[in-house]
Amino acid sequence: MRESILHTDSITASDATHETVDQIATPSGTKRMILNMGPQHPSTHGVLRIVLELDGETILKAVPDIGFLHTGIEKECEVKTWQQVVTLTDRVDYLSNLSNNLVYALSVEKLIGDIEIPLKAQWMRVMLAEFQRLNSHLVWLGTHALDIGAMTVFFYCFREREDILRIFEMFSGQRMMTSYIRVGGLALEPPRGWQQVVGKFIGSFPSKVDEYENLLNSNPIWKVRTQGVGFVPLEDLLDLGVSGPMIRAAGMKWDVRKDEPYSSYDQFDFEIPVHKENDVFARYRVRLEEMRQSARIIRQALEGMPEGAWQASAPKIVLPEREKMKTQMEALIYHFKIVTEGFRVPAGEVYQAVESPRGEIGYYVVSNGTSKPYRLFMRTPSFGNLQALPALLEGRLLADSIASLGSMDFVLGDVDR
Amino acid sequence: MLPDILKDHAAAAALEAALPGVIAGGHSQHNEPTLWIDPYRIVEVCRFLKDKQQFVRLSGITAVDWLPADPRFEVVYLLHSLQRNQRLRLKCWIAEAEPAIDSVFSVWRTADWYEREVYDMFGIRFRNHPDLTRILMPSDWEGHPLRKDYPVHGHKYTYQDE
Repeated sequence: MRESILHTDSITASDATHETVDQIATPSGTKRMILNMGPQHPSTHGVLRIVLELDGETILKAVPDIGFLHTGIEKECEVKTWQQVVTLTDRVDYLSNLSNNLVYALSVEKLIGDIEIPLKAQWMRVMLAEFQRLNSHLVWLGTHALDIGAMTVFFYCFREREDILRIFEMFSGQRMMTSYIRVGGLALEPPRGWQQVVGKFIGSFPSKVDEYENLLNSNPIWKVRTQGVGFVPLEDLLDLGVSGPMIRAAGMKWDVRKDEPYSSYDQFDFEIPVHKENDVFARYRVRLEEMRQSARIIRQALEGMPEGAWQASAPKIVLPEREKMKTQMEALIYHFKIVTEGFRVPAGEVYQAVESPRGEIGYYVVSNGTSKPYRLFMRTPSFGNLQALPALLEGRLLADSIASLGSMDFVLGDVDR
Repeated sequence: MLPDILKDHAAAAALEAALPGVIAGGHSQHNEPTLWIDPYRIVEVCRFLKDKQQFVRLSGITAVDWLPADPRFEVVYLLHSLQRNQRLRLKCWIAEAEPAIDSVFSVWRTADWYEREVYDMFGIRFRNHPDLTRILMPSDWEGHPLRKDYPVHGHKYTYQDE
């Protein structure tokens, strides 16, 4: 990147004599330069290529080129049984696996209709989805600060993230690809002693957020590089399909958790942080405050976790207990049916949205009554958000592009699926 | 024709009143209002719903391949109104003989990538789209992966070749 900037300078300096570069007049009267950013650029956090057209250090045009991480997940879903698809939803977005598990489980449960998820499972889902939000925001904050040059925050954030991954491992046996939220409830019984571990984490976490804030808010370089950078009017953001923290940093109070409550989010007391400045700094503040709110939700879930079952009583959908299989014929038959053929879902279609750390994830699921999804469309937040990239970059300085890119918080796996 | 179940739906009723004949049917499965729209008038309908009925957001556009049915494809528009806190689904049937529909890019700019994705995955063309090229697959790819007659494995390469 540094070399490229030098290269741009040299072209601008000798513009009067060079006739070989493209002869397109630019506002400053210099010649334009095409710069390939990516696909292996560290600050794109994935495999994203952006073709930048530069006039000196000003970006005239930015064209994102995506698809490098396309793995055909939607196609693959069509040949897996309903329960097997859960493992694919993990792999859409490596920073919000549980949110993807959750939206899939909710949409299939909506299609099935007569299945009631016990309150404990619902609360557990909320708690874990909020842990996922913390995890994602921590990775975002750490890497974003690293991009802009504040390295210390990265180590602090990853220290806390490690604790969250250990909690995930304790629940599901997996640090990242959890597949913990299943159709009909949870995959496993919550482990013994989870209250102590979660309690210990949540007791100290809010002070950690203050720590990050102290590190960054008093850092003059951080402020100069983020304040007033990356402004796009709210109407444009909405028109371009942006959702999540970026919209809330533009002054709009829209959060799927509040507006279309799912999985008993309406029983929790939390605020939606909103800022009006609509720049990189405002997005940072919104995410930081969201971490505090998530911690609040987790604390409520910890203190008020209902007793009872963690799976729905739906023998045709939920796998039977291991012990029952050894003693009861019916349990064995159901187990055999679910594992070999899979359960059937009534024909129909649903669209279910949840608030992921990045914005609105929506799954549009079509069933034709068989044991496999007929079509599963994943409306992923990163795909929608990334479309606003040209609006964020064009007409701005190249050096600001890193801050603007980082503030969008996209995951390329989530874009390409 | 607006179905009886959606008679009380303010936006659907307003649409039927303003543009008679565009609604070809609908349902409200799982409390999710869905309307079938005349594919030749989709831009008009979207423009009306955005400007007059506050559906400022387009969550996404996708398609479903109903092979061997005719018409074969269903293009699905997922609309969202923040002011009303409502979602609305529009659908258009597209025949295999001429898989094309007008682009709604002029209504919502976010339609750009979603339409390119549908073109890439299903081979449905969007008329008047500013840059209808493949978005996820390589530009020289043959075939449209999400069509039902496109195999999951072994379209061009098999594991034996490697």
